[in-house]
Amino acid sequence: MRGKRLFIAVFLLPPLLLYGVFVVSPYAQAFQIAGTDWRGLSPEFEFVGADNFRRLLGDGYFWNALRHNGVLLLLLPVATILLGLFLASMISVGGRADRAGVHGVRGAGVYRVVYFFPQVLSVAIIGVLWKEMYAPHTGLINGTLRAVGLDGLARPWLGDPRFAFWCVLVVLVWANVGFYVVLFGAAMQSIPRDIYEAALLDGASRATTLVRITVPLLWDTIQVAWVYLAIIAIDGFAVVQIITDGGPSYSSDVVGLRLYRTAFGDAQFGYASAIGVAMFFLTLSVAVLFLRATHRDRVER
Amino acid sequence: MGHPIGRRRLLQGAAGAAAAGTLAGCALGGDDSTTDNSGPASAANPLGVKEDAPLEVVIFNGGFGEEYAKAHQAAYRQRYPKAEVKHSATQQIAETLQPRFVAGDPPDVVDNSGGSQIDFNGLVSQGALTDLGPLLDAPSLDDPGTKVRDTLLPGIVDAGSYDGRFLALNYAYSAYGIWYSRKLFDDRGWQYPKTWADMIALCKTIKAAGIAPWTYPGKHSRYMSWPILASAGKLGGLEVIKAIDNLEPNAWKHEAVRAAAEAYHQLAVDGFLQPGAAGMDHIQAQTEWCRGHAAFISCGSWLENEQKAVTPPGFRMAVAPTPSLTAGDTMPFEAFRGAGAEPFVVPAKAKNVRGGLEYLRVMLSKQGAADFTRTVSSLACVTGSSAGIELGPGLASVTELLAAARGTTFTWLYSAYYRKLEREPVDAATAELFAKRIDAAGWTEKCQRAADQFARDPAVKKYKRA
Repeated sequence: MRGKRLFIAVFLLPPLLLYGVFVVSPYAQAFQIAGTDWRGLSPEFEFVGADNFRRLLGDGYFWNALRHNGVLLLLLPVATILLGLFLASMISVGGRADRAGVHGVRGAGVYRVVYFFPQVLSVAIIGVLWKEMYAPHTGLINGTLRAVGLDGLARPWLGDPRFAFWCVLVVLVWANVGFYVVLFGAAMQSIPRDIYEAALLDGASRATTLVRITVPLLWDTIQVAWVYLAIIAIDGFAVVQIITDGGPSYSSDVVGLRLYRTAFGDAQFGYASAIGVAMFFLTLSVAVLFLRATHRDRVER
Repeated sequence: MGHPIGRRRLLQGAAGAAAAGTLAGCALGGDDSTTDNSGPASAANPLGVKEDAPLEVVIFNGGFGEEYAKAHQAAYRQRYPKAEVKHSATQQIAETLQPRFVAGDPPDVVDNSGGSQIDFNGLVSQGALTDLGPLLDAPSLDDPGTKVRDTLLPGIVDAGSYDGRFLALNYAYSAYGIWYSRKLFDDRGWQYPKTWADMIALCKTIKAAGIAPWTYPGKHSRYMSWPILASAGKLGGLEVIKAIDNLEPNAWKHEAVRAAAEAYHQLAVDGFLQPGAAGMDHIQAQTEWCRGHAAFISCGSWLENEQKAVTPPGFRMAVAPTPSLTAGDTMPFEAFRGAGAEPFVVPAKAKNVRGGLEYLRVMLSKQGAADFTRTVSSLACVTGSSAGIELGPGLASVTELLAAARGTTFTWLYSAYYRKLEREPVDAATAELFAKRIDAAGWTEKCQRAADQFARDPAVKKYKRA
């Protein structure tokens, strides 16, 4: 018995130690720093209690950024999952049914690879790429609009507070959807073909098979996707920083960017840590709420 | 499975390990000791450099690159052959050096520039910088009879001083103004306007010729706040600018500031701005201008270097002061904003403070300045850094500007004292102004509200410009 415990401990301790030093300890330090006025350039600081958190409550820029993260949290998973499901089902079962049974649209293999392309690019490259796509005169988007005679729709996309945030959302969906196409596609492979064939024989339409067969059978995978996408939505820092840098007039600001600027721009590491701590609890609540919701879901079933 | 106690013990162990990690790798902790690396001062070595003390220099690897610094380091090594000089260059100054400042182990010389510059407000308020005063009073390397102070261009000491202590040497000299292509203007027979009325009239002509009169980087609209503030200063005098620097109540609402904002807002109202400019960054806007799609752009004198790759031959870019708003302006038309850029600092806890000061003295020598100007085609902050060097058309126009101004150059300091104020709220308000979402009164209102917030914020150290 004792030998078995020792055996387990020997294997578990090194990773736990590493986890403690590189994950738990920075978190713990953030809590400590959040209670100080540390400016990050000298070892001197004073404890200011909950001052940083009080300041957070009255910081309009923080709430503005948080609102954008909230919108991302609502829309990014929904948009990405819907699009991912649609594309994946077109690739897997969207083609005409013939004697060989149900299969994807023509060229499905090519699409599968093409949709995955953005996943291969680093976030920095995606950011720079799209920044140029949105450029008012030289960008591909306005260029295409002008080429097809829709000059009236050409806009200074990233320079207009009405559009900048939505432009970022589009990039986030574009950058992520490919992964979920592959994920959902792989999951669909495990759904027996004859279910689809039976449904088609019974006269079910494409939309019906998607809603009544594919989605229920993929539900677990969709839940996982939702969690991943929610994490991306709460972050969003890299893409926003490169494409709009939060502008114009804070219209595409996110909390991660606010935190970064407060720390490295304004040298207010204490306040920045307070923002980080607030985000920590926010992420935790989202995760707990989600787990609760899916748990009930299972019980009901 | 089924060993809950064992698991719990393991978790406790992990918590203990984490606590140990917190103590060992604490971000807040640091070492407070400094070593004294100074030698005896003499006529040949007025700053008292210890001959064999190593020197570490960190350069911002941005628009100017890092090659010029290697020339300076070679010159330092020549003077002190026993000293080991360590050179490194990065674009991430704050991210790289912040932990070293905390640990009490900063480099000896830092070129604190670029997008991730370490905030000066933080550096100064925490006493992290050495007073460069002894450098100013030391004799220049070229002439023992002249103090370094007297070799600097006007405005350099002001711009690097915080509450009377000279802490940052802005090594590159930038002239800020309105840029145009001499070729375009010669071909069309246009004259650069000296008054705002002439500017509006010329804009009409330019627009009629099928060229956008102005372009601007809408994603960094603060570039357009520069001509507004310069015009306001020229109209109302330096006191208007000083009030803004000192965060005085209603400084931004001064009549001169409002009049200047109104004048430039007119460009948006009359449709003289290039359509789409609101969505451009500085490179995109400057490239539109280089391609001849727009006639004017507001920028500093790094423009020539930044656009080197896309400037057509024979373009002959030139910079001019902002046009006078009225006939009764306080300053002459020739007055322009001339300021330092590339702030070099010597951290207070550097191991070789004396060597750091000496390195700056080497940079400020005739040879050092000439090396800089030749390598990066920008003026250095000492007089005559361009002597004997063949200048590009843009830089040549800067020297003409400097000669014509005859000491009437000026600058503001709020953007150095309170970097965020310019980079965020003023930038955002200016974007609104030129997108016609607010008018001049709205702009002064927004800027004033932001300045008031900074004035009230106890976390921001305040500086007073004399």
